[in-house]
Amino acid sequence: MSEFEPKIVAFFCNWCTYGAADLAGVSRLEYPPNFRVVRLPCTGRLNPKYILEAFKRGADGVWVSGCHPGDCHYIAGNYHARRKFMLLHHMIEAVGVEPGRLHFSWISSAEATKFQEVAKEVVEKVRACGPNVNFRKAELNLGLPEVA
Amino acid sequence: MSLPEINTKIQETAKRLLKEGKAEVVIGYRQGTAPMTVAPHFARTEDDCNQLVWSNFAKINLATYLPKFPGKVALIAKGCDARSAVGQVVESQIARENLYIVGVACNGMVDVELIQAKEPRPVFTAEEDMATIKLSGEGWSTSLTKDDVLRRACKTCVCRTPKDIADELIGAETPALSPDDYADLKALAAKSPEEKMAYFKGLVKDCLRCYACRNACPLCYCPVCFVDETRPQWLGKSQDEMDTFTFHILRAFHCSGRCTSCGSCEAVCPMDIKLREFNRILEEEVQRDWQYVPGLNWEQKPPLTTYRPDDEAEFIK
Repeated sequence: MSEFEPKIVAFFCNWCTYGAADLAGVSRLEYPPNFRVVRLPCTGRLNPKYILEAFKRGADGVWVSGCHPGDCHYIAGNYHARRKFMLLHHMIEAVGVEPGRLHFSWISSAEATKFQEVAKEVVEKVRACGPNVNFRKAELNLGLPEVA
Repeated sequence: MSLPEINTKIQETAKRLLKEGKAEVVIGYRQGTAPMTVAPHFARTEDDCNQLVWSNFAKINLATYLPKFPGKVALIAKGCDARSAVGQVVESQIARENLYIVGVACNGMVDVELIQAKEPRPVFTAEEDMATIKLSGEGWSTSLTKDDVLRRACKTCVCRTPKDIADELIGAETPALSPDDYADLKALAAKSPEEKMAYFKGLVKDCLRCYACRNACPLCYCPVCFVDETRPQWLGKSQDEMDTFTFHILRAFHCSGRCTSCGSCEAVCPMDIKLREFNRILEEEVQRDWQYVPGLNWEQKPPLTTYRPDDEAEFIK
């Protein structure tokens, strides 16, 4: 493998960013294919342990995106999410995860071009951080010979 | 007030509360079976009340037991216990009318591990008053100044006298201390990610994940804790470094905006891990962002249950 290709887990709100990704695709806007999307009903559904779990299982980056404040389909889901993000973002950096690994954004379903820009930016920043080696669970090695 | 006076006052108060029907059970401390220990005590009769004591070794937080009692409960509380009890009322775990807080003016509790470091010989008896601890063993005795062996959490206590939240107060008000300035955390924040992670992983490298910290914590009342969930299983059961690290991060996250810095978690830790280092990260953040200090007010909503439309999060694109 010549260049490092990051694996990013993306958590998108069904009502906005997921739609933006759809629109970006339909509009033939090109963006890097490094993220795997998990669709959420709302960013308020996101439990911080999902993000830690993604890193622990070997994701190089995590990207969370939802509706702009005030536009939540469930009125206040993203307001509550924002407070959780503020704490988690601070915590993750304080314990020594590189600042470029965890990203948050607000992208409405009409903002396909913003989606494209942010997707590129997220992938580039995570690529700059390099592979996630410090904040992942080591693979179980029992020292058994490989079965053909 | 001297310790025996406080003891008498606590016992009288407990008897009165039981007789008046203000409480079915009074939660306090009794002398432990080993020197330098106290045990939680649940007094339901006048006889039980005679065993209630106050001590410099009362390190655990009694508010932990409150949600387990459905009826009327009185709590013999130091500042941090009272704050945790307020937190449980605010979070609807107990009803305000079922709770009666007997606040005791506290001038800090001592750290037994620190004492043992200073005095490794086996201790047979420990006598105490408000300022000194007298230890004696086989053919020796010594005296320690209490302030030298104070617990870390007690040095930056913001509520030594729970005068605003207690229903009644025992003892004279103790002078307030200057709150935690988080200087060490701020210094750490300037370091590189590798150094920070090495520091925090180093803190928990001895962790057995016995979950004593969770069991002693007055905030941990969830019927099923995330560490015990199996489908999906968030944490493996082995001594994996990342599982341990994730546990400490999530434990601190769950306590954010709720932790009253009572130090119970550190006090019960068999490996003497500085657990509060994780809690303090978010304690500082919550104070800075939302000017919220938990457990001082019956009405204020915990920060994660509410929001402001103008919350500032400049890191969100």
